[in-house]
Amino acid sequence: MSLYFLCFVLFCVGLYCILRKRNIIKIIIGLAIIEYAVNLFLILIGYRMHGRAPILAGDQQILNMVDPLPQAMVLTTIVIGLSLTAVLVALAIRIYEKYGTFDITKIRRLRG
Amino acid sequence: MKMLTFFVVFPLLSAFLTVLFAGKAKGLGNALSILTPFVLLVLSLYCASLVHLHKAVVYKVGGWMPPLGICMVADGLSSFMLATVNLVSLLAMVYALSYMRTYTQKWGFQALFMLMLAGMNGVILSGDLFNLYVCLELASVSGYILVAFGVEPADLEASFKYAVMGAVASIFILLGIGILYSYTSTLNMADMAFVLSGKPAGVLVGFVSVLFLAGFGLKAALVPFHAWLPDAHSCAPTPVSAVLSGVFIKTLGIYALVRVFFNILGASGNLLTVLMVLGILSMVVGAFLAIAQTDIKRMFAYSSISQVGYIIFALGIGTPFAILGGLFHLFNHALFKSLLFLDAGIIEYSTGERSLNKLGGLNRFIPSAGYTSLIGAMSISGIPPLGGFWSKLIIILAAIGSGHTGFALVAVLVSIITLAYYLKFQTFAFFGKSPFAPGQIRMPSFSMKLAVVMLAGVCLFTGLLLIPRFSFFLQGAVDSVLAGNGYKDLIFGALK
Repeated sequence: MSLYFLCFVLFCVGLYCILRKRNIIKIIIGLAIIEYAVNLFLILIGYRMHGRAPILAGDQQILNMVDPLPQAMVLTTIVIGLSLTAVLVALAIRIYEKYGTFDITKIRRLRG
Repeated sequence: MKMLTFFVVFPLLSAFLTVLFAGKAKGLGNALSILTPFVLLVLSLYCASLVHLHKAVVYKVGGWMPPLGICMVADGLSSFMLATVNLVSLLAMVYALSYMRTYTQKWGFQALFMLMLAGMNGVILSGDLFNLYVCLELASVSGYILVAFGVEPADLEASFKYAVMGAVASIFILLGIGILYSYTSTLNMADMAFVLSGKPAGVLVGFVSVLFLAGFGLKAALVPFHAWLPDAHSCAPTPVSAVLSGVFIKTLGIYALVRVFFNILGASGNLLTVLMVLGILSMVVGAFLAIAQTDIKRMFAYSSISQVGYIIFALGIGTPFAILGGLFHLFNHALFKSLLFLDAGIIEYSTGERSLNKLGGLNRFIPSAGYTSLIGAMSISGIPPLGGFWSKLIIILAAIGSGHTGFALVAVLVSIITLAYYLKFQTFAFFGKSPFAPGQIRMPSFSMKLAVVMLAGVCLFTGLLLIPRFSFFLQGAVDSVLAGNGYKDLIFGALK
């Protein structure tokens, strides 16, 4: 139970980072922290007490394994998060070329 | 029906081939980008006729039986959305053939657009909740890159804001999917509906509903979550704005919302009330913020927020008549909003200006843009024989019929405000004295004019969807929304 609570705390840390930090790179890191928190939560969902790794060997029976489906979900989610981070970092590099700063309070040409 | 996989495979293949042979085969990108949506449009109409016969078409990927395997499902609502998405994408790509000459790397644009189309089709056809999330992310990330395509400083800022907000929304959706998986131990939509209908109602489903409302609501630009839309839609290149505002927010936002809320979670009274209130709020906020704008594209973006509010309000009322109005308005709005954005693109291409203060009298120079945008503006404001009138009328009548007369009055007032700012747009842009000399205007090319004229032509006749001969198209979509939890019986029946 405390594991789920710590997962939630990690999520809130990431959310705080996105909301309050002024540097674009720190915002991207905050997004990465949120992704880690959600991936951790997904894997924790699949845990079974005293379960072992879900690998099917020839002679062993299928009892007491942890759930493999969330692990497959997390693999896919990690790749999606990677592509998103790549896009954000590329945007950040271009923003630095055009605006000359990483400070989000100075990148405000769009209003209204 | 293996045909369902073509909707995702063809655009992916086009994107891959376009990037692979980018420099060498000059015409390949152009040819593939027109051919793919056209073939998919024909296939989607065929799919609609199949669904009319069999009620649902299911394809088991790899032959694995759900819930072990993933399935792709086409029912009434899916085939309706497929036709809309592929029609608007086709016309936007026809427009982009010559419009994108002003940008660099046209093949990159076409490849990204095909990826976005693959993602949207995947969202519509997915029968599995996690598959929906993966295709949603595919479409979203392509969308973030496409918004920043013309790398002006404003475009990059808009895209960064959109990307961060969209990423947080996707995380909320993933969290909701994870929690639902742990509660029902299945990811297949029909199976999840089956398991959820057997369990007692509890706090968990309410919590998951809020997460999904936040996530899909941001993708659909409902009011507390709309802040990204005006910047992103006004800074994107025009064909991208047309598709974003026309079909993207509807597929990723409204369609996914309807699928999850009505078919899987079962729409309860509280949820429908929340949708109604958010709809009204979006309508009003979008309309008031739109009047104050002088930039054409920003005005249209706020108008999108307002019209999406109409659709969500109609879905929140929940009666069959209201859902018919909401889905019909979705179809209409996809057509006339993309028409308006493409016309705004023609104005920008011809004169280099986007601000209403600097435009005037353009009917003399670009009558194609003038008259087609007149049709689009009249339709969106609800002037009688055009489609927008019928859908707004149905929504308002349904609101009165179910007892929400106050909300219906607000909807009528917002409609009048909509008429006001579109009239402002028409007067300032196309009528009156022109500050331009004839030599300063760059004529739009044939493909751009063809795209807007064809869209205007379709807009004129959307009212015909209500007559009994063609009403099966809409009625099939309404039935699959109303089926609610009966979705699972439909899918299990089609699987045997």
